[in-house]
Amino acid sequence: MGRYVARRLLQMIPVFIGSTLLIFVMVNVMGDPIAGLCGERACDPATAAQLKREFGLDKPLWQQYATYMGNLFTGDFGTAFNGQKVTELMGSAFPVTIRLTIVAILFEIVIGVTLGVVTGLRRGRPIDTGVLLGTLVVISVPTFVTGLLLQLLLGIKWQWISPSVRYGSFDELIVPGLVLASVSLAYVTRLTRTSIAENKRSDYVRTAVAKGLPARRVVVRHLLRNSLIPVVTFIGADIGALMGGAIVTERIFNIHGVGFQLYQGILRQNTQTVVGFVTVLVLVFLVANLLVDLLYAVLDPRIRYA
Amino acid sequence: MRGATHARWAACVIAGGLLATACGSGGGFGGAGVLTSSWGDPQNPLEPANTNEVQGGKVLDMVFRGLKKYDPRTGKAQNMLAERIDTPDSRNFTIRLKGGWTFSDGEKVTAHSFVDAWNYGAGLKNNQKNAYFFGYIDGYDKVHPESGAQSADTLSGLKVVDDRTFTVKLNQKFSTFPDTLGYAAYAPLPRAFFTDHAAWLKKPVGNGPYQIESYAKGSAMSLKKWDAYPGPDPAQNVGVTLLVYTDSNTAYTDVLAGNLDLVDDVPATQLKNVDTDLNGRYINTPAGILQTLAFPYYDPKWNTDGARKVRTGLSMAINRKQITETIFRGTRTPATDWTSPVLGVAGGFKAGLCGPACDYDPAQAKKLIQEGGGIPGGRLRITYNADTGSHKQWVDAVCNSINNALDNDKACVGNPIGTFADFRNQTTGHKMTGPFRAGWQMDYPLIQNFLQPLYYTGASSNDGLWSDKRFDGLVDRANAETDRATAVRLFQQAEEVVRDNMAAIPLWYQNGSAGYTDRLSHVALNPFSVPVYNEIKVG
Repeated sequence: MGRYVARRLLQMIPVFIGSTLLIFVMVNVMGDPIAGLCGERACDPATAAQLKREFGLDKPLWQQYATYMGNLFTGDFGTAFNGQKVTELMGSAFPVTIRLTIVAILFEIVIGVTLGVVTGLRRGRPIDTGVLLGTLVVISVPTFVTGLLLQLLLGIKWQWISPSVRYGSFDELIVPGLVLASVSLAYVTRLTRTSIAENKRSDYVRTAVAKGLPARRVVVRHLLRNSLIPVVTFIGADIGALMGGAIVTERIFNIHGVGFQLYQGILRQNTQTVVGFVTVLVLVFLVANLLVDLLYAVLDPRIRYA
Repeated sequence: MRGATHARWAACVIAGGLLATACGSGGGFGGAGVLTSSWGDPQNPLEPANTNEVQGGKVLDMVFRGLKKYDPRTGKAQNMLAERIDTPDSRNFTIRLKGGWTFSDGEKVTAHSFVDAWNYGAGLKNNQKNAYFFGYIDGYDKVHPESGAQSADTLSGLKVVDDRTFTVKLNQKFSTFPDTLGYAAYAPLPRAFFTDHAAWLKKPVGNGPYQIESYAKGSAMSLKKWDAYPGPDPAQNVGVTLLVYTDSNTAYTDVLAGNLDLVDDVPATQLKNVDTDLNGRYINTPAGILQTLAFPYYDPKWNTDGARKVRTGLSMAINRKQITETIFRGTRTPATDWTSPVLGVAGGFKAGLCGPACDYDPAQAKKLIQEGGGIPGGRLRITYNADTGSHKQWVDAVCNSINNALDNDKACVGNPIGTFADFRNQTTGHKMTGPFRAGWQMDYPLIQNFLQPLYYTGASSNDGLWSDKRFDGLVDRANAETDRATAVRLFQQAEEVVRDNMAAIPLWYQNGSAGYTDRLSHVALNPFSVPVYNEIKVG
């Protein structure tokens, strides 16, 4: 187990270097960011040269990357064009996005798994068909449509919520979290349903029922535990996707999270911001995947890591 | 947050200590007499000589007062801190300050406050993006050389005479120089700016009707009325809270829900419903913004006599009226000259100066383009940045209009570029092969500002490298002219040179628009399309 974790952690190093390099080059290919700072006007050459020197943009790309990586290991993520430290931006953006992700994941687990169990146990019944149809609708409607629709209905028509997020506290993030989770939620429902329906017919469940265990215990202890393995994989991989992929939701509800910073960073071609945020997201993705793999062992004692 | 307070507290209790910062810290926004307004994250640090876009400009407009101020309604430059500005020869100016002005930290505004601020703004080592505004002042070439380090720290053209008087010597005649002094870059700065720069940037201190109470970079700024403000235009409300929105649609939605008081950029997609949505609480007033199509004169194909005819033909092939009505719903007006209606007739705006060249006439357009040898390169590619400002819609419409006039579906296509930075990069790098979008927002309401930076040989925004001796000569003469009316007439003659060559195709004048809730009254936009915050009344 220990060796397995160590090996996985070591594997992260090349992935980490590769992905940061890729992003670094991609942002760089977009061209010189200084030109965009002066509005509809050419920066005067002296100031432009000075700014380039200050941000290290006058050096060759490999040297910029080396300096950047060097600074990274001392915890210095660089400075954005408006003079703010990127770590400062992260400090304000990540807590909000993490909260949003927690809300979204909670929705996926609570609603998705519950619906999945209910429909899986009652296959072919009206409730099963109803939920299946519902998930089909949710999957096929794009997030921005769901988001804008909910914002209009709940925010303006019925005035239940405020249409935008101010403080990024949990209660404000309930509706955005639901919107963000909606598509994954539908997948979780379907995954759980199939998994449950399949395992319901398996020998160990029949044995448990024959032993005379109460139905509740059969479902929760035996059936669910086995059926959740694919669902856990899905949710684990989803954590990273939700954190990085919240750009649309964050824009609709004006949440100042990671998506907002990334979007602005890309528009302003701010290498430091974009690379910094993506680097952290890559790390989150890698760690989440490792945790999922370790969770397997907990859920299924037959799986052993050596 | 109607009725959701309980839920928030519950959520905060559940969330526990880890995330406690987000809870309880509410209450800072809105409040009695305080209005909330939409904002965008300023692109550059909030220094007066470093702010060149509207969002940062909004704040400076509230926190600073300069020598002059542009009247929010007429755009006329009026003395603010200046008691009088005298010149014998349009080159040497003596500026006398009014007494009694202070910064909100108590420091007196003196001649030094201006001279030090201007020297800082011009200094190359300070990276100020508006440094070129000081380019007319004697000694600029030492403080801001084109290459190498600066050899002087102060502009030799600036001299402090006494606490309330200083003199300015320019390196050329520039009669309307005093009228440019309302621009934010010329604002005075307190000592604190120089002694503790980092702290000042966190919470700028100025001499305007508002002072900054708190500034959370990237999300909000709360300004409150400065009660001891000595000027003639104190704030009529208790304060203003600026909230950053990433999407103006969300800000608009928030105004509809009563969650935000003022949105000063109504998105184009909402213009259709704005009257019914806001029940008349919507303003749409001319701003000093002109949209044009510029051409690459560094490309020999566009710099011929035939190409001149082609450009005029293209101008006549664009149905400006239809595009402004259908896409922009009256928030833009077809242009008939190269300035803006906000200048007023006395200021140099002359409707119809463009003449038939700006009228829609597809038959004549086709004829002219054929006479000129057809579109250089066979196909027109209009380059624009696709990330902001709904440029795609109008570029497609313009192309459609040209294609219809030429009976050729493939004569014109849009050429989108992903980001503004990349677009600017390609324009300033002179990589264009056809016309490109050029928008001009005036710095100060003078006809000079609409012509010289854009069409003078080697000027800072002359991205197409257009050059005409006659134009340059007329501008030089106009700048040297002390009589205002004569100067304006000379500028208009220069503008006629632009027209005869169709150096750039004028498209439309842009309006500023804003929507607000019924809590507010006396809402107006100034000619820079910034809300006049100090005049807004709440409740």
